[in-house]
Amino acid sequence: MKIKILPLIIISLSIIVFIIFFKGLKNSNIYTPNVNIEKNIPIFTALSFDEEIKINSNEIFQGDKFYLLNIWSSWCMPCREEHSFLIDLSKNENLIIVGLNYKDKKNNALSFLSKLKNPYNFIFLDKDGTVAIEWGAYGVPETFLIHEKKIIKKVVGPINQTSFSDIKKLLK
Amino acid sequence: MASVIGYYSLIFGLIFSLIIIFISIKNFKSSNNLDPKIVYFTFLQFFLVIISFLALIVSFVNSDFSNETVFNHSHTSKPLFYKISGTWGNHEGSLLLWLLVLTLFIFLFLAKSKDQPKNYRVLTSLFQQVIIFGFFIFLIATSNPFNYIYPKPEEGLGLNPILQDPALAIHPPILYLGYVGTSIIFSSVLAAIITNYISKDWAKHIKYWVLVSWVLLTLGIMIGSIWAYYELGWGGFWFWDPVENVSLMPWLALITLLHCLLVFEKKLILTSWIIILSIATFTLSMCGTFLVRSGILNSVHTFANDPERGLFILIFLFSLIFLSIFIFLFFYKEEKKIINFFWLSKETSILVNNWFMMYFLSVVLIGTTYPIFLEVVTSEKISVGPPFYHKLIIPFLIPFLLAMAVGPKLKWIKSTLESQIYLIFYLIISIFLSIFLIHILNIEFLFNTMLVSSSLFLFFTSLRDFLINKTKKLSQNIAHFGFSLLILSILFNNILGNEIITNLKIGETFKTDEIKISFESVDQENHKNFKSIIGKFRVEDSNGKTEILNPELRIYNQPNIITSEADIKTNLLSDKFMTMNMVQNKEYFNIRYQIKPFMIWIWVSVLLISLGGLISLINKRYEN
Repeated sequence: MKIKILPLIIISLSIIVFIIFFKGLKNSNIYTPNVNIEKNIPIFTALSFDEEIKINSNEIFQGDKFYLLNIWSSWCMPCREEHSFLIDLSKNENLIIVGLNYKDKKNNALSFLSKLKNPYNFIFLDKDGTVAIEWGAYGVPETFLIHEKKIIKKVVGPINQTSFSDIKKLLK
Repeated sequence: MASVIGYYSLIFGLIFSLIIIFISIKNFKSSNNLDPKIVYFTFLQFFLVIISFLALIVSFVNSDFSNETVFNHSHTSKPLFYKISGTWGNHEGSLLLWLLVLTLFIFLFLAKSKDQPKNYRVLTSLFQQVIIFGFFIFLIATSNPFNYIYPKPEEGLGLNPILQDPALAIHPPILYLGYVGTSIIFSSVLAAIITNYISKDWAKHIKYWVLVSWVLLTLGIMIGSIWAYYELGWGGFWFWDPVENVSLMPWLALITLLHCLLVFEKKLILTSWIIILSIATFTLSMCGTFLVRSGILNSVHTFANDPERGLFILIFLFSLIFLSIFIFLFFYKEEKKIINFFWLSKETSILVNNWFMMYFLSVVLIGTTYPIFLEVVTSEKISVGPPFYHKLIIPFLIPFLLAMAVGPKLKWIKSTLESQIYLIFYLIISIFLSIFLIHILNIEFLFNTMLVSSSLFLFFTSLRDFLINKTKKLSQNIAHFGFSLLILSILFNNILGNEIITNLKIGETFKTDEIKISFESVDQENHKNFKSIIGKFRVEDSNGKTEILNPELRIYNQPNIITSEADIKTNLLSDKFMTMNMVQNKEYFNIRYQIKPFMIWIWVSVLLISLGGLISLINKRYEN
């Protein structure tokens, strides 16, 4: 009996592997990131940039206004690139721009804002990068457009002319 | 015209496969001598595949766009050299190359094995023809390189510019010789099991083929790695990309098999190891082909995805696996021998080595295939990256290196410690030296010290052997020495490497305490199929030494792609590596400057490792 168990085990294992590979073939291999579009935004608590007091995200993202959460950092080059778009967007009265200052030094961040102007209505601090993880962000910069506590658009990387006009369209 | 000839050569090659299978079966049952027809037909088959391959090259050279493969991968403005190398730079052509290597190896095998038993030769030829038959069907049915397009297009789509490179022209042929060469080991071991010919003679004979495949695979991987280093512009040389992994797995299996064969030749032990490894080597190659060509995985080596192809290779792969399981379980009669492994002996150290190798192999295998399993079972997508491999492999390198240093010094059967006292002396020197080095460099202490001392230990012991024994065991010493050099270079390359990323306009200067990079000017040049923008950078280090680096951007016209060519200044101690990239709508360039210490030694050490293999191939005298 002992001898016959081994072949059985090997053969059934191989069959399992075959089935897995077979099924795997039918799956698409294009890794479309599961963007949390139409999902509720995560609730988190983080320090505020100005006073460094704990603030719950529910206090900031309220009601039927549009919110733009922008993950940025003073050391991030593409953030400078997209800054002019953010300044433009900040002129829109329907839109509240919330910054998430990612793994940054406060002094650098302050000088960044004083040099390039501050488009943000409110800024959260994310010193260790955990809040960005909650949002499923890939890196800096990254931008989420939020309406009624749902993400309606996500921009990975710096905002450019196309994504800028997309956001503007959604705001109307 | 060439396409027609090529296509019919393939069809005839397929028919020859069937004929040879038929003759082999007949020959196996009757007569005492190998039917010479088998050899003739094998040669004819090989010749037909060559014709077919040449026909494809001719179509590429003539830019015959009525051929679909040529249309998809070539362009009239491409230089002749890349028209030719484009032949195997795509899925269809590279599979034709596969087939060429398969038929070449069985022909060489038959020519070189005249002193082997007849039934063993016949069966090896039979199994190899089964594999060849499968590939013929695969090629003709799902990836015919001679598909016809009507009406004939005026112009082709062009070859991806990053593939237009000399290293990439020779990388596939050499890699495939090693990768596909494993098929002979597979066919041969199955034949040897059935004819009950697993013996010293067989081990001697098959070792030759194992060495050939292994040396070629090593060189092939190295060339691919060098290409990735200077062409992809990331400044790395190994990315744990699935396609790199599938070439590494047969490599690990081959080197383990080689060591098992060395033990087997002397002691007739580890028989099951040898059989399973011989089967595993080619199965891993096939498995790699499946993973890469079916498009089940994401990788930088993208071939056109077609589920039909994947399904075919999958079924073929598992037929071969079941065939070998069947043969192993029903024909292999294990002789019950009581084997004592004394803990301090050469065979034990090789066995320990084997288990480490199997561990490394499993890590790579799991890292590569686990995402597929997870996705099928839980539909969750993950990607496995370098940290996974580094965390699981690097710590185990320490005992592995130590075993590799001590093992060759031990005697067969039983060894004593007294004669090996000098090893402890070497170990102490290595530890002190590495403590000293790590202290100067001021980096994380304990782990690095252990790693550096174990590689230095191997470095010194194999260097000593080399000086004392001179030509005796030359191949082993060179290969082991090369390996220690490889690990040391990779370690210091990682520890001491430095990178600066910045944006610069023409005329601007980037400055830190250690380095000054000035962007002096930009030149333009026109070439046959691309325009190049060449930057001129003056890099000045803290000692006041200056160097001019000229990274380049190439704007290809067909297809319209921008590639970035790194400029690398190499010397014995370090590489200086610079790439520049355009930033859209901006007048500045993104500059990436890297200092990569001991880069050249990584390549030198891999060459030494293959040289070790080559020496034992050429000169039988050096073995023992």
